[in-house]
Amino acid sequence: MADVIYPKLIAAKLRSQMVYRASFAVDFVSQVMAQSYELIVILVLFSQINALGGFTKNEVLLMYAFAGAAFGVADLFAGQLDNLPTYIRTGTFDVLLMRPLGTLPQIMVSDIRLRRVGRITGALAVMAYALSHVAIDWTPAKIVLTILTPMAGAVIYSAVWVVACSICFWIVEGREFANAVTYGSNAFTSYPINVYSAPLRWVMAFIVPGAFVAYYPSLALLGKEDPLGLPGWVGWTSPLVAALAATVAGLVWRFAVRHYRGTGS
Amino acid sequence: MIEVRELRREFKVATSKGLRRNYKTVTAVDGVTFDVKAGEAVGYVGPNGAGKSTTIKMLTGILVPTSGHIQVSGVDPAKQRRDLAKRIGVVFGQRSQLWWDLPLKDSFDLLKSIYRVSTQDYQARLDECVELLGMQELLITPVRQLSLGQRMRGEITAALLHAPELLVLDEPTIGLDLESKERLREFLADINTRRGTTLLLTTHDLDDIERLCPRLMVIDHGRVLADGPLAELRAEVTPDRELVIDLREPGPAPDVPGVTAVRSEANGLRHHLTFRRAEITAAQLITQVVRQVEVHDLAVVEPEIDDVIRKLYQRQVDQEAHR
Amino acid sequence: MLAGMTTNVVFGLLRLAIISAAVTAANGEIADYDIAATNTYVWIGQGLLGFVLLWGNNELAERVRSGDVVVDLYRPWHLQGALLAQDVGRGGFAFMTRLAPPMVFGMLLFPFQFPDNPVRWPLFLLSAVIALVISFGVRFLVEISAFWLLDNRGVYGFWNVTSGLLCGLTVPISFFPEWARDTLWMTPFPALLQAPIDVFLGHGSTAKLLLYQLFWAAVVLATGHLALQRAVRKVVVQGG
Repeated sequence: MADVIYPKLIAAKLRSQMVYRASFAVDFVSQVMAQSYELIVILVLFSQINALGGFTKNEVLLMYAFAGAAFGVADLFAGQLDNLPTYIRTGTFDVLLMRPLGTLPQIMVSDIRLRRVGRITGALAVMAYALSHVAIDWTPAKIVLTILTPMAGAVIYSAVWVVACSICFWIVEGREFANAVTYGSNAFTSYPINVYSAPLRWVMAFIVPGAFVAYYPSLALLGKEDPLGLPGWVGWTSPLVAALAATVAGLVWRFAVRHYRGTGS
Repeated sequence: MIEVRELRREFKVATSKGLRRNYKTVTAVDGVTFDVKAGEAVGYVGPNGAGKSTTIKMLTGILVPTSGHIQVSGVDPAKQRRDLAKRIGVVFGQRSQLWWDLPLKDSFDLLKSIYRVSTQDYQARLDECVELLGMQELLITPVRQLSLGQRMRGEITAALLHAPELLVLDEPTIGLDLESKERLREFLADINTRRGTTLLLTTHDLDDIERLCPRLMVIDHGRVLADGPLAELRAEVTPDRELVIDLREPGPAPDVPGVTAVRSEANGLRHHLTFRRAEITAAQLITQVVRQVEVHDLAVVEPEIDDVIRKLYQRQVDQEAHR
Repeated sequence: MLAGMTTNVVFGLLRLAIISAAVTAANGEIADYDIAATNTYVWIGQGLLGFVLLWGNNELAERVRSGDVVVDLYRPWHLQGALLAQDVGRGGFAFMTRLAPPMVFGMLLFPFQFPDNPVRWPLFLLSAVIALVISFGVRFLVEISAFWLLDNRGVYGFWNVTSGLLCGLTVPISFFPEWARDTLWMTPFPALLQAPIDVFLGHGSTAKLLLYQLFWAAVVLATGHLALQRAVRKVVVQGG
């Protein structure tokens, strides 16, 4: 079974980071700060206004926290896809192809950075604050939804990452394009999507399914109606969207690797 | 072990002229055919850009051929990449498959899991390599602290842990010092003869071929120029050999029919006699020489392998000029 | 290049949407920013980002770490001056490729607040050039911190993460609570982005803004010069 090896590969990577313990602390702090960046923006804006797109500060913070936690987890695993251009250029990708394992899982465990937990920690703290300051009619189903949302979001972001980075097999500066999509969708999903203009929303909320990371699940939790008119059950579909996104990502990756090896295009 | 028929690989290269982008098709490998039998040791040489690496990448399943047929170790590399990976070992001189920040032993342990090697086999194979390559002290050293020669020993061990039937080496001795090179060659010769592991290696260092590979394949412009035992290729393209004689007393060179050129040095103490192997054997020549002069020492010099390959290229160029 | 522009535009659109939504929620104006001013602010900011080069590549610091910097130090030039000259040259090119495109993009597609007085155009240009010099000075300090820290990636990362907020890239400084606003204007950071934008929009006293920028340009460059001198002495004493 292939499942034994991946934990070992992850453990190996974590061990090798212990070598650089001093920079770990610094990195951890800058990750927490990176996550706080958007938080400060939200707080600054709400020092001037009472509601954004019809949502209160704490409601927006809830969306921000869901998005942040999901992005943090995705970054932990899919973030190393940012190294793909380097892997291709230096031939490391060829080494991965020579092993009897899939390339995507190998890359995902190739460079797990524990410091990225800094992001997740920050987001979870804000999530705890937001959840205790907004009015939610708690039911068992909503508790499950609260737990599932960051996970589904992480899968969606990871899928976006995979699809976006696949472009690096074709274009040399693909990484920058990819970052516009990945980091861009993190910024995007931290706010209620009704503040965006329609074209931007279509691309970033539905084609890239960013709306299902935080916005719709938050609506379902809060029991609020969607200003854009979608029915309430949409907020419960994120795991499905995540599964769909993961499937698409898997297919795109396969196509991209096939192109790299020479049968595509 | 390896079966290659009419193998071709084309690349599209973008040639930008102003805003328009044109694509030019470059043929890196152009109709290569060869077989490698189990237990052989084959050297694959050619200038940069000749198509060596592209061939190796197709043999190892990294690249898919544009056309042609490949079978390695009984599987199609393009379709059964992971199957193939378990059967062959690959060493690239310029890229590492070890974990940079971890002790060498940790990399081996991970590969053990990746290739699902039983603990017993793993230990036996590792012990053997460690012993033969003298790596006892290196196992606990992080890879990034190893010298290139030490790391290369690690790379080869890493490629052998799953006991592959075929070991493909792409420039394994590049950048190594003489001692490290010699050690590697000795080890590779050993696993080839004793374990029967088939070897295919590309190299720029022709000493590798001389020491390791009874068979040589020369490729240029994507085509195989020559394929055969090194000795045969030598005889074919460089029919001349040289007999060097040192005389007891300075004197004129002996005059023997069949000798095509004479070069003398050290005031007639040493003479280089060039002769055609088709016209006279070394034994015949020596017999005649010692009849005429008093010889202190003598040696038969074979043409350098570089010469052989240079002549092969030259022959190819001439043939193309004739067409 | 195209990739960089895409990233620039995507983030510009996101910030524009969010700040505009806030401005709308506040009945059309926050701290002198209406919709047109917001749009102008966002696209000038996106342009200046590449022009002043807010985030450098930490190349000098890498050279310090590898020891290659010795070569730079023993050349017959003043290292800081030479690098500044290079950076100004880069800026000349970046003016066309990085600063102008986002501004034109914003002018064509969204309501744009053009200067009330044509003299603001050259003043804005002047302010942007000073901003570039300050940006160079700050980056230089971040990079030569490697002489003391060896691994300055923490400082470098810290700057990359915080500069967007400190300089007024993400939210106008005037949106901040009063205490934060006052504190920020006592630092050189708003001089990098917010000051040229304010000159263009006519927010605050232009003369005061330019003097503020010149002051910080002098301070940052002088600090860099002194720090470099000490660093060189350190290299000489320790032998690299």
